[in-house]
Amino acid sequence: MAILNNRLTPEEYAENFSDIHPPFDKKEAALVEANRCLFCYDAPCMKSCPTSIDVPKFIKQITTENIKGSAHTIFQSNIFGGGCSRVCPVEKLCEGSCVYNLMHEDPIPIAKLQRYATDKAIKEKWQLFERKPSTGKKVAIVGAGPAGLSCAHVLSREGIDVTVFEKESKGGGLMTYGIAAYKVTPEFCQDEVDFITSLGGIAIEYNKELGKDLSLAELRVQYDAVFLGIGVGLARQLQIPGEELEGVVDAIEFIYNLRSKTFNQIAVGDKVAVIGLGMTAIDAATQAKRLGASEVTIVYRRTQDEMPCTQVELDLAKLDGCNIKWLAAPKEVIGANGKVSALVCREMELGVPDASGRRSPVDTGKSFSLAVDMIIKAAGQMPFKELVDGSDLQNSNGKIVVKNNDTNIDGVFAGGDCVNGGKEVVDAVQAGKDGAAAILSYLKLNKVDAKTVNGVEHTIVAS
Amino acid sequence: MADISANFLGIKSPNPFWLASAPPTDKKYNVLRAFEAGWGGVVWKTLGSQVKNVSSRYSAVNYNGSRVMGFNNIELISDRPLHINLKEIAECVKLFPDRAMIASLMADNTKESWHELIAQVEDTGAHGFELNFGCPHGMTERGMGAAVGQDPEIARMVVEWVMEKATIPVITKLTPNVHSVVPTGRAVVEADTDALSLINTIQSVTGVDLDTLVPNPYVAGKSVFGGYCGPAVKPIALKMLTTIAQDPVTNKVPISGIGGVSTWRDAVEFMLLGASNVQVCTAAMKHGFRIVEDMCEGLNNWMDEKGFATINDFIGKSVETITHWEDLDINYHHIAKINQDKCIHCGLCYIACEDTSHQSINLTYGKPYNMYLVKEEECVGCNLCQLVCPVDNCITMEVHRKGDEYLNWKEFQRLGMPLNDH
Ligand SMILES: Cc1cc2nc3c(=O)[nH]c(=O)nc-3n(C[C@H](O)[C@H](O)[C@H](O)COP(=O)(O)OP(=O)(O)OC[C@H]3O[C@@H](n4cnc5c(N)ncnc54)[C@H](O)[C@@H]3O)c2cc1C
Ligand SMILES: Cc1cc2nc3c(=O)[nH]c(=O)nc-3n(C[C@H](O)[C@H](O)[C@H](O)COP(=O)(O)O)c2cc1C
Ligand code: SF4
Ligand code: SF4
Ligand code: SF4
Repeated sequence: MAILNNRLTPEEYAENFSDIHPPFDKKEAALVEANRCLFCYDAPCMKSCPTSIDVPKFIKQITTENIKGSAHTIFQSNIFGGGCSRVCPVEKLCEGSCVYNLMHEDPIPIAKLQRYATDKAIKEKWQLFERKPSTGKKVAIVGAGPAGLSCAHVLSREGIDVTVFEKESKGGGLMTYGIAAYKVTPEFCQDEVDFITSLGGIAIEYNKELGKDLSLAELRVQYDAVFLGIGVGLARQLQIPGEELEGVVDAIEFIYNLRSKTFNQIAVGDKVAVIGLGMTAIDAATQAKRLGASEVTIVYRRTQDEMPCTQVELDLAKLDGCNIKWLAAPKEVIGANGKVSALVCREMELGVPDASGRRSPVDTGKSFSLAVDMIIKAAGQMPFKELVDGSDLQNSNGKIVVKNNDTNIDGVFAGGDCVNGGKEVVDAVQAGKDGAAAILSYLKLNKVDAKTVNGVEHTIVAS
Repeated sequence: MADISANFLGIKSPNPFWLASAPPTDKKYNVLRAFEAGWGGVVWKTLGSQVKNVSSRYSAVNYNGSRVMGFNNIELISDRPLHINLKEIAECVKLFPDRAMIASLMADNTKESWHELIAQVEDTGAHGFELNFGCPHGMTERGMGAAVGQDPEIARMVVEWVMEKATIPVITKLTPNVHSVVPTGRAVVEADTDALSLINTIQSVTGVDLDTLVPNPYVAGKSVFGGYCGPAVKPIALKMLTTIAQDPVTNKVPISGIGGVSTWRDAVEFMLLGASNVQVCTAAMKHGFRIVEDMCEGLNNWMDEKGFATINDFIGKSVETITHWEDLDINYHHIAKINQDKCIHCGLCYIACEDTSHQSINLTYGKPYNMYLVKEEECVGCNLCQLVCPVDNCITMEVHRKGDEYLNWKEFQRLGMPLNDH
């Protein structure tokens, strides 16, 4: 049987994809939480935010009902502060190091408070920043994702005219096309991009792809500098027999469709296997379930100790009713009439630790098979190696190599997933800021980011 | 079980918690509910000349998300007809004979008006009077309330008139709107008042509305100074109470303590500093009468733990520990110690000491947690760090005396000892 779409009623879709981190519904509730914050000095939460948002300050501003000031504090460090408040894995970032954890109490809900202030700013379209007078310099940015737009915002504030080239028809990058639908809505992503570009001085040219519609050589001639924020895009292949059968899809594409079409257009199997246990795998599994699959099984080669996703994410999948098969490696996809009917896996056991310190899985030789009608591959992403090679950019397996955001090509800078191989939105935002700072100093303009407070190094640069 | 019953001037009540003269005590309905809830006594809302009230009448100070830390009113004395109040007082006394019933009074400034009011009220069977020399608004323009309390000689005169006539005990309630409550207190004790009560409300402006730009409370685009009370005034009330409890003239009479009493703990503090009982207004207005249940149980449990059989066993016990600055022991010294196992690395002690004290805490940078250590030789022992630390018993003050023997400032000077050595 082929995989189906339109499995649920409109109400069921709405319910399944509603916000998993709902905002405060009352001012009082936000104030109670904001007032719990101790206003720590040299706050650990701030040091654990890759963009170094001054968390105690923005929370203090909520307590005094200075919401405009609060939003300014957030956006000054992170122009994606609205989106980050919905998508950041806070349990391993800011909230994870809130001092309340050390008192064995719930940490301050930093992200929720961040959302409280930024939602208002975006909704009311507050103009919180002003561009400096034009410097006459022009910079091209490739990719309208978090890295590209954060870089664009800093540069435009400093009086630089920025043109962003984006291959898709919408901005936001994986924020718009990748992140689970129950975290951000397409409308929010659009509002966020509009909010960022409302500063002025940022032109986005959609449906313009580097390597197809334009070349790096042209951009270098036409602009004073170039920033590459192209992300990582291609899903890694499993390279096992049967991968070409109908019903085998890659997670990025599955989620891309989910985010760019309406839910009832998305085909999903009844019994689904998801391969991998990173954030993408979790997102694919939970959303397959929420689209109406009756059984979803996550297949992972190692054990819980080695899993790349966080406990919070794993719990999310478990709460959605997904099964997990630990120590199982996919070996072959079995088909009937050209369509997937089963996944054969090899049982594994843990061997000696590898270079990353994780114990590698070793084949035990025993097999089992799962009856499935859909397989979603989420075994990691591959950088745009061809594009990068074609531009003579120095790279390591397609990941662009940079030194202080500087590539090997003069005047060309890069940051975000295309450099780090895929981290979080908040890391990409910081990489955009760092890239902008590098460009400003390359153009002999002011550097924007003060990196030391009281002689202490603060900014944590993504690498 | 301890005995928490009280005897104030022969007026008995099952516990030392009275409701102060204010809206909670201004009619039979409220007072019966209060007695049913367990209050030991009430001071009926002040009786006197006929008045008219405005709206709004109240405003509050909120702090860090906590409401009504301070409360402010521009209300006058009872605005109900006198004969109805008198009838209801008599009915309440009959229904609850074991509770204290005190009538608060404020008459025009003539002997005749006071004598007439006293005669009328004594007929109700009330157990005592409280003279309102404190109301800070409305009545002062007519020479009453705080206008009396602020002038010891006028206060003395009024009390003399009252004592000529009254046959039941008289408590004189003092205004805090003076630089010291002692002169008026002495004057009225010399005029033979049987007891003192304090404080009434403190003149204040609680704040300005940032939209209308008119201060609170708002009355048709205008405001006036109001009387401040509630938890925020407790420290001021305790100080004033202590000066009355220490003074050799005023400490001859019992004192009823008022001003920000909200819990049994507050009540015990007032009593340790010399009050024989306490009166409560704002806390009851904020939470209702049922707070008295915990007040009674809490007091009882504390007395059991401390081994006090009756409240007289601890009333006034802390008064003698408040001395003069020059009698303090200069050789006493302590320094802060941070318990590293309890420290949550919030840095609040560090920044308080660094910015506003003596730069005596050392920071070792860490990611994400810094480490904080006290530089013992620099610490002056001000204990600011301990006050701002959010973790109980994380910062303790360790005694490091500068000398074994007691040494005060006078002696220190006499010996010509060097300044600034510690
Ligand atoms: C399934 C999934 C779920 C995720 N969930 C989360 C999450 O919950 N929280 C979180 O913080 N992070 C999450 N991430 C990671 C996060 O989305 C990325 O780290 C972040 O978006 C990286 O930003 P970027 O700007 O570097 O790249 P991208 O967001 O990928 O943006 C790159 C942009 O460049 C454009 N582009 C690419 N090639 C070209 C070209 N040749 N010419 C022109 N334009 C081009 C792309 O269309 C895109 O708009 C998730 C990632 C995935 C894949
Ligand atoms: C609304 C209001 C009305 C009051 N009216 C009187 C009054 O009529 N007579 C009086 O002696 N005190 C009056 N007071 C003062 C209280 O009796 C009491 O002295 C003061 O509020 C301090 O106590 P608290 O902090 O427990 O409220 C009034 C207080 C309030 C809040
Ligand atoms: S951006 Fe993310 S990590 Fe930083 S403070 Fe906000 S929610 Fe936390
Ligand atoms: S660590 Fe927690 S309490 Fe301290 S400033 Fe950050 S959010 Fe507030
Ligand atoms: S007691 Fe005072 S001087 Fe000593 S460490 Fe604490 S704040 Fe600093």
